[in-house]
Amino acid sequence: MPNRCLASSSRTMQFYSRRKKLIGNSQTEQLYGHCLQFYGQPPIENISLSEFETFAVDRLKLLKTVENLGVSYVKTSELYTKKLDSTKDDRKPQTGPSEYEKRRKDHISHFILRLAYCQTEDLRRWFIQQEIDLFRYRFNHLPSKNIREFLQYNNLHYHTISIDKKKNLMDKLVTSSFAVSGSTVDCQDFYKVPFQDALDLVRTRKVYLNGGYVYIPHQDIVTIVLNDFRTRLSKALALTARSLPAVQSDERLQPLLNHLSHAYVGQDYSIQKSIGKISLEQIDPLSAKSYPLCMRQLHRGLRDSHHLRHGGRMQYGLFLKGIGLTLDQALQFWRSEFVKGKVDADKFDKAYAYSIRHMFGKEGKRTDYTPYSCMKVILSNPPSQGDQHGCPFRHSDPELLKQKLQSYKVSPSGISQILELVKGMHYQLACQKYFELTHSVRTDSGFSLNHPNQYFMESQKLLGGPGAGVKVEVKREDNPATKPPNPIKNTVGGVSSALFNQSSKC
Amino acid sequence: MNHNCGCQPPMNPTEEEEEEGNSGQLSEFRARSNVKQRTAGTFSYQHFRLNQYICITSEMTTADYDQASLPDLLPLYYRRLFPFSQYHRWLNYGGVTKNYFQNREFSFTLKDDIYVRYQSFSTQNELEKEMQKMNPYKIDIGAVYSHRPNQHNTVKSGSFQALEKELVFDIDMTDYDDVRSCCSGADICPKCWTLMTIAIRILDRALRDDFGFRHCLWVYSGRRGVHCWVCDEAARKLSVVARSAVAEYLSLVKGGDETVRKVVLSDPIHPFITESLTVVERYFSQYALLGQDILGSKEAVDKVLALLPEDVRKKLLQYFQTEKNPEMRWDTLRSMAQDKRTTAKKGHYFEMEIMLQYCYPRLDVNVSKGVNHLLKSPFSVHPKTGRISVPIDLRELDRFDPFEVPTISLICEELDQPKTEEEQEDTMENENKKEAGERRKMRDYKRTSLAKYVKLFDNFLEGMAHSRKGEVLKNSDLQKDF
Repeated sequence: MPNRCLASSSRTMQFYSRRKKLIGNSQTEQLYGHCLQFYGQPPIENISLSEFETFAVDRLKLLKTVENLGVSYVKTSELYTKKLDSTKDDRKPQTGPSEYEKRRKDHISHFILRLAYCQTEDLRRWFIQQEIDLFRYRFNHLPSKNIREFLQYNNLHYHTISIDKKKNLMDKLVTSSFAVSGSTVDCQDFYKVPFQDALDLVRTRKVYLNGGYVYIPHQDIVTIVLNDFRTRLSKALALTARSLPAVQSDERLQPLLNHLSHAYVGQDYSIQKSIGKISLEQIDPLSAKSYPLCMRQLHRGLRDSHHLRHGGRMQYGLFLKGIGLTLDQALQFWRSEFVKGKVDADKFDKAYAYSIRHMFGKEGKRTDYTPYSCMKVILSNPPSQGDQHGCPFRHSDPELLKQKLQSYKVSPSGISQILELVKGMHYQLACQKYFELTHSVRTDSGFSLNHPNQYFMESQKLLGGPGAGVKVEVKREDNPATKPPNPIKNTVGGVSSALFNQSSKC
Repeated sequence: MNHNCGCQPPMNPTEEEEEEGNSGQLSEFRARSNVKQRTAGTFSYQHFRLNQYICITSEMTTADYDQASLPDLLPLYYRRLFPFSQYHRWLNYGGVTKNYFQNREFSFTLKDDIYVRYQSFSTQNELEKEMQKMNPYKIDIGAVYSHRPNQHNTVKSGSFQALEKELVFDIDMTDYDDVRSCCSGADICPKCWTLMTIAIRILDRALRDDFGFRHCLWVYSGRRGVHCWVCDEAARKLSVVARSAVAEYLSLVKGGDETVRKVVLSDPIHPFITESLTVVERYFSQYALLGQDILGSKEAVDKVLALLPEDVRKKLLQYFQTEKNPEMRWDTLRSMAQDKRTTAKKGHYFEMEIMLQYCYPRLDVNVSKGVNHLLKSPFSVHPKTGRISVPIDLRELDRFDPFEVPTISLICEELDQPKTEEEQEDTMENENKKEAGERRKMRDYKRTSLAKYVKLFDNFLEGMAHSRKGEVLKNSDLQKDF
């Protein structure tokens, strides 16, 4: 894409900014007068396409980090905060970006991602959740003077109650919230807020509620600010979705926006660390031991009907590539299975072999396709009748999922834990729970599941199998419950360079 | 229900008419309502009148309701008894918002279970005419939409939205089956009805004191529960998320069949829980210990003990071997909990948990969550019992008896009573004020058992009108201050 400004795309600009374009720097300075914002006003400047793309991808990486940390840590804990701190760009303004530049990037990138994430309910929900978590982290970092400024700047008139009133309500305030003690009431301001602005606190009954108002200590004002943020963002996304068709018709933007909403920003398992280490005979036992549920289902489906539809072939085929099957092995595997069904060897070679070679980058564009991440499996291409692909935690009827888990000998309490997570739409956590139950371990807090091949690798590490991609000591086979060595340490250096040499062999 | 009076079988119309003179209505009614034969004997108008008088004074309130007679009773009900004027006054909400009544969805269940949604009406008159034409078995009220519901198909897809609706609660006795021993399923009795009394007291207090809602209409559902309609403007404007939050705040009993211990309390005990417990305590001894006998039979005791920590359970089992009196048993259980609290670090609230599990209101969050949820309308008839969904007087809550609630057959029968002196005076007063039709209608329901419930409803509507006036004054005052 040529490095051209968006200025010429006046259509884009028109509904992007609903106010008149204002000239001069003073406006932009005012816009970025505070390090934290509600993103009420869209950006009204011109940027280059490359900046557009960079900003978007960087923010997406940030949100993914937020998501992963949010899965592994309690969102307000010290550990979580420390981890997020480490993602910040700490370079001094002389070498790194200035405060102004950071704020500008934050502003613009947020609005770009709105375009990518407004289209479906799932995407909206995800985007809102991560933006809220990011906002909460940043808000908690603000010194109290800035908080007051922020409230004022955004017209949040939450009034404080008098000292007398506080004294009268002391008992009630203290018994309403675990976090509120007598000294909290004495030392902090308490705000009287309409209950509609503090629904999370009301829902969980963590606050004193009287006459339709909740009484919140200054330390908790973040919750209601978040609520406000969520409401605004939700409304804004709905509006954005309506304007989207016009944006998508811009050919420069459309591929990027589509790519963004399906982007996976982690290890892509395209470099097979264990290539050639798995034999075809091992696949059946491996499917029972180390496959995530989605792949186990696909493998079962393939063995039972000697066929899989396109979606299933893609999802499973790429997974197999990711666990280390060579092209020749893959061809042999699929052919032997399909031939048992309605497809004879000739037809297989004509119709299906091509697409398998395609997967390995040996045909057509010669793109080496990467195995699907959980995000991709969950969000794109939902299965229909007769399909076996997708994520069972997302796409299976809970009753059927329960039966399946029972047949795989998962304990009843384990099953209900999993179903509870599914109900809360935490599909990857449910899969992680499935991992824990089938391997009789508790996963390391650093392990957040977001890729089927990751599941496979972690499982193989635990069991000391060939698919782990690292050298393992024999004695681990006797005691699979011992924690595996830190994977990061072992992949640096010799192993990875050896693999780089290997992968070109294919 | 005992019917120990003798209401006479229907007779050949001509004979009746001769005897009755100009009360043709009575024959019309009786000919159409298939009043069952209870005693044999010859018909005599005077005799009939006398017996009817006895019927009323002996507190027969159902007039032997039979679902099969609905097709005959409903037209009468909708033509002469249903309080359309008050109903419209309610749903119009003072005409403050344009088209509020016109955009309201109603749904009707007609004969043979035909269900029609997205009914809407432009005026009170239209509502009356339609209802009198369709004679619905059941009426549900839905949300106020962005457009007229009966035109929703003409609206661009996505634009037709539910905008506002009263915040509602549905308390159903079947949700308490695991903690009541006297009845189960759709059955109710005076013993378990106390659960509804407790539910109303707790929820009404919370809605008023905690949430600041002032206009809550409690209605008997007609069979086995109660509904609450919170009509404040703020309540009607609540989003789905907000309604769900309110319902969660009010929920203390969680878990289905697989959960044994459904109430779990921990420090600190929120003021809401303390207030609710105060209400439960007032009724607990009479209702649970005596009425439901929860510490009596072994089976019942086991259920209670299953909610306790191991050590307490063991001690109590032993103690119960000698002590059989339920109140003594409860006192001991209670003091054990209090002891534990003073000695252990963590809070042990098991006696409170038990009280709440057995008595605290169980509401269906899904009913309250949805802005577009359809709920049975007040003054609708319950087809299975014939009872009218009447408002409940909170000032007389402890005396409310669901078995006293009038049925459609009763009030239809009462329609044809001769006027008492009181009513005659009343009529004369009102003659000058209103049109003949309305006059007659007012006269009509007033001489039935429905009267006091319509009056209740009137008071409720007056309260809301008063509030609206207050708001208008407040706003105009604010505007005067610059």
